[in-house]
Amino acid sequence: MFAPGETVRVKDAWPEATGPVHIRTPHYVRGVTGEIVRHLGDFPNPEDLAFARPAETRPLYHVRFRKGAVWPEAKPDDELLIEIFEHWLERP
Amino acid sequence: MTILEADSDQLLAAVRALLERKGIVTSPEVHAQIASTDAASPGQGARMVAKAWVDPDYRGLLLEDGTRAAEALGIRMRGLPPLGVLENGLEVHHLVVCTLCSCYPRAVLGYPPFWYKSAAYRARAIRDPRELLASEWKTVIPDTVKLRVVDSTADYRWMVLPRRPDGTEGWDEEQLAAIVRVGDMIGVTVPEAQPAAVGTGSETRS
Amino acid sequence: MCEPVDTEPHSLTDFDREVDALRQLLSARDLMSVDELRRGIEAIPEADYHRLGYYQRWIRSIADNLLRRGVITEAELRAALEAG
Repeated sequence: MFAPGETVRVKDAWPEATGPVHIRTPHYVRGVTGEIVRHLGDFPNPEDLAFARPAETRPLYHVRFRKGAVWPEAKPDDELLIEIFEHWLERP
Repeated sequence: MTILEADSDQLLAAVRALLERKGIVTSPEVHAQIASTDAASPGQGARMVAKAWVDPDYRGLLLEDGTRAAEALGIRMRGLPPLGVLENGLEVHHLVVCTLCSCYPRAVLGYPPFWYKSAAYRARAIRDPRELLASEWKTVIPDTVKLRVVDSTADYRWMVLPRRPDGTEGWDEEQLAAIVRVGDMIGVTVPEAQPAAVGTGSETRS
Repeated sequence: MCEPVDTEPHSLTDFDREVDALRQLLSARDLMSVDELRRGIEAIPEADYHRLGYYQRWIRSIADNLLRRGVITEAELRAALEAG
């Protein structure tokens, strides 16, 4: 589990390159470092639900990113707030 | 050509006929579902916003647990995704988008507007939101206000609690609810202290 | 994708509302999750994806998922399409 305020990095993983998948982690944020805002609850893993497979429950977090960390031309203090499942997050 | 490439109207008719025959989904059930879906409208979200503007306890509940706040006003939330509410103010302005599909707080706002589902909105909201809001909605977010784009990617649905406009002192909930438009609750517009212009930007019955 | 946004209200057609209702009813019966709907939409070949409208993608995904789950068979669907 991650705590609010903790620094996390979204995994730089691209499973869609190797086969049919359904992923709720936007591509533009892969490999980007952000900050845990809060734990939103635990939800069945959509990557399994999408294929009607039994789905384990996974923690879901609200993660905040500096816009400038994703797009250099952005106003640097603007932010992105995204729901990301725990298995997509790692400690940098 | 695969069977899925059939004409869409014919595909719907065929699927409905099969589900009807198997007793899985009947025609009256479809019509009842359409009626209940049509009943949800941005007016529900507007009532929640107006109440939050006049009732600090309700505002607290709304920001803490949008689902319970909706239920407190008689809006049916059972079996629907949890509702989260994010407050706009002088320091932060939230803008909601779903870049992966078209997740939208339908329980409290009704059908998503056409623009919300468009590729253009989804791409520009995440990449260049300030320019998007200024060019398409004439909404200028001051440089002193942090713009926080909320990409609705998973199990929550997100709604914005807009800032109460100046010039509405002493207004009652009904007057306040009347000026809250659907765009205000997504963050593309901000409420103004005047009667709402015609057209809410939401989908209407054909 | 950096094109102007069409901010005008658009009316939903009967087709749109029926597909939308059907999606909700199938989810309520645990016959298709919203994630399966999304998977089916993402699986539409690119040319078809761009040619189809929003709810046209949905009904294609719904049919795809009902076939995958075995709720309906391809033979049944083919016969129903011919009968229609």
